[in-house]
Amino acid sequence: MATRKTIEPFWWTLFSVGGVVAAFLVPVHLFVHGLAAPLGWIPLGHGSLLALVTQPLVKVYLFVLIALPLYHWAHRFRFILEDVGLHGFRTPIAILSYGAAVLGTVATLWVLWRI
Amino acid sequence: MTAPQPRRPGLYYPTLPATWWLRRPSYFKFMMRELSSVFVAIFLVVLLVQVRRIGQGPEAYAAVLQTLRAPGWILFHVVALGFAIFHSVTWFNLTGVVQVVRVGERQVPPRLVAGASFAAWGAVSLVLLWFFVRG
Repeated sequence: MATRKTIEPFWWTLFSVGGVVAAFLVPVHLFVHGLAAPLGWIPLGHGSLLALVTQPLVKVYLFVLIALPLYHWAHRFRFILEDVGLHGFRTPIAILSYGAAVLGTVATLWVLWRI
Repeated sequence: MTAPQPRRPGLYYPTLPATWWLRRPSYFKFMMRELSSVFVAIFLVVLLVQVRRIGQGPEAYAAVLQTLRAPGWILFHVVALGFAIFHSVTWFNLTGVVQVVRVGERQVPPRLVAGASFAAWGAVSLVLLWFFVRG
């Protein structure tokens, strides 16, 4: 069998790194920003949050937290669609999934840049 | 059952109904693990919107919190939290198996590697939680 060079290992590495980031960091942030802050369990003042997100290191942290797990999603979402039988659309599914993750990365960079 | 249309010759496509993952608990668990990524991704988009609103000022941030207080969003985040924790648990359990750690000649038991991951996860979560509670 001829071995073809593909970009697959690149996406797989991002999948793996994104999975680690999601596993370690997402549950606590989901609890704080999805439930505790809106419900007032943990009152987060706008002033202190703004001071926080304008720090360069926090921006790097937010980039890692938001952008990398998107590639984890893209990889899994791609195979969810294939696993439920959409084999005929492998290429468009891959382009759509990874494309959405790239778009999310650009959006993250843009938001962080503008603050 | 619709037959898949193989576009790439030489590849084997099993013909399964779209609901194959409902047949066994282990298949279902696999699909839920895969599905967890969807909930995590939606939350991250919400988080990015929050960051943007923080940058736009106190009113904008208060407005997004007001939106997220709606029952639908609370329900979504409760479900998403369940999926996120499910991802963490399955991920760390797998880490113990995939990531072979050796000390000298001997392999550290996978359960110990998984246990260390769980401990680190707990520590990181507590530190971050403490950071936000402290204000």
